[in-house]
Amino acid sequence: MHMADALLSPAVGGTLWAASSGTIAYCSAKVRKDIDDRKVPLMGVLGAFLFAAQMINFSIPGTGSSGHLGGGLLLTILLGPHAAFLTIASVLVVQALFFADGGLLALGCNIFNLGLFPAFVAYPYIYKKIAGERPGQARITVAAIAAAVAGLAMGAFAVVLETVSSGITSLPFSTFVVLMLPIHLAIGIVEGVVTAAVVTFVYKARPEILQGAIEARPVAGHPLRNVLLAFLAAALLTGGVVSWFASGDPDGLEWSIAKVTGKDELKGPEHGIHGVLAALQEKIAFLPDYSFRKPAETKSEGPGAEGGAKPEGDARKGEGSKLGTSVSGIVGGLITLVIVFLAGFLLKRRSQTA
Amino acid sequence: MASIEGTILDFKRLDQLARGGTSLHRIDARAKVLVALVFILSVVSFDRYALTALFPFFLYPVVILALGNLPADYFVKKVVLFLPFALAVGMLNPLFDREVVVRVGSFGVTGGWVSCASILVRAILTVSAALLLVGVTGFPEICRALERLGVPQTFAVQLLFLYRYIFVLTEEGARSSRARELRSFGGKGLGIKSYGSLVGHLLLRTWMRADRIHMAMLARGFTGAFHARHPSRFGGKETLFLLGWSTLFLVLRLRNVSQLLGSLVTGTFP
Repeated sequence: MHMADALLSPAVGGTLWAASSGTIAYCSAKVRKDIDDRKVPLMGVLGAFLFAAQMINFSIPGTGSSGHLGGGLLLTILLGPHAAFLTIASVLVVQALFFADGGLLALGCNIFNLGLFPAFVAYPYIYKKIAGERPGQARITVAAIAAAVAGLAMGAFAVVLETVSSGITSLPFSTFVVLMLPIHLAIGIVEGVVTAAVVTFVYKARPEILQGAIEARPVAGHPLRNVLLAFLAAALLTGGVVSWFASGDPDGLEWSIAKVTGKDELKGPEHGIHGVLAALQEKIAFLPDYSFRKPAETKSEGPGAEGGAKPEGDARKGEGSKLGTSVSGIVGGLITLVIVFLAGFLLKRRSQTA
Repeated sequence: MASIEGTILDFKRLDQLARGGTSLHRIDARAKVLVALVFILSVVSFDRYALTALFPFFLYPVVILALGNLPADYFVKKVVLFLPFALAVGMLNPLFDREVVVRVGSFGVTGGWVSCASILVRAILTVSAALLLVGVTGFPEICRALERLGVPQTFAVQLLFLYRYIFVLTEEGARSSRARELRSFGGKGLGIKSYGSLVGHLLLRTWMRADRIHMAMLARGFTGAFHARHPSRFGGKETLFLLGWSTLFLVLRLRNVSQLLGSLVTGTFP
């Protein structure tokens, strides 16, 4: 499953962006160091191949449904972890831009979830260990299924963690895990079977392709450790920076929002934008004194009424009262939308006549 | 996926839109990439119950759509196709979050519905920002912008390769897939066995093609970098574009314009 912008908070998105771009930089340097410069076109073309392969379906016996290849593990088996990570990342970039799979901020998460786990965890620690140096068909199949299931389960778990720590959905952690893992277990088995089918075909037809990938040992002995270190450093750095901003920022934002909507501003200065608006308002208010009730909850929610997450409770309270006072917000929102689309329409007409 | 050819056509159309000649198309890609990122960050940084505060942000996609002279129906359709996914995740919010936060008359709206609506609006905004970026910039230009913004060259060059060969290989894949479908009968022959060798053959052809491409490029003096068609620079127009939009997003992020406007007409000035 692709992570989406709409479910993501900037702190989580930014951290994973940093982690993924750090890994991309590391892998690019690694691939560049490999003197085999044949690899760059090969990676690009194989990425395009993955697109083509993803569009071809096969029927799954007994279910009546059809599936297609994900391809992360297949690319890793063919290209080795570093080049495969870059290829998966570039496929995800194209998907984010053209098919709106996920989004630009979520790109970091998606590259991490769908690239890092198959390339740097499932392949070296599961696939290679089971398949060994001279694999037969049975070993390839077992290895591919185990690695695909593990990679997808880790990716799905990461999606859950990212979504829950972003806090945009109200879905509880355990429910989300229960929803996600069985689905991805099934997808993983299908993915493993397909990967094994393609790999065994290639192994029969052109064994030297696979042999080359098996023998091409990474220059450093511990690819995962290096990647994890780079990732950790990037994550700590941005996590630190982001949370530093985040800790100062919501206060700043709350403060400025409170300035716009809060009580202090009621008796605010008569000059400035509010003064002008207040004067204007008397003339153009076409729904004068439209009355509405505040929700009862905002009153009962006194200090200490909420035991658990305190900051969230506070935010909720502020938000609740803000929403409570804001039927005007809804009306204003609708007007804003009308104005915006009208402006677009006029601009469009102008640019067509021009 | 309904038809592979349909998907490719759709893909090609977005690619061709980027060849438009409006002033928006001529702005350096780096400015457009950065503005899109600032936009997405501002939209995403709202808390989960923000709804009306997000509405003014529609200004950006609408203006880009209009100034870039892009077909609105095409983009609306693409965004709508994405919405079921956002809805699937957002729909669970009303089940878990039943606290009433707004009352309009006797009708109580729970926090879950507000946050579900917020997720939908976010999805529309972020997805359209990404699609419009491609529509007014074009993928090769975005790759070059990324490279000039510091993305490793290996990655950028590889993205360009990927992009060039998507059209070739998806067409080849579509042909083989159609050939297999025509030869199958009653669902027979569409299983994993034929799939494995079909995709395997496609893979081997791709591999050999990559070798040939590489030879051909070496023969023509490829040194590892692509050259831009029109060299562009980050000038005054770009700075204005970047700063103008960023300032607007910041103001819209800090001040709820919808709220101000609404209180103006309802007469409940806070």
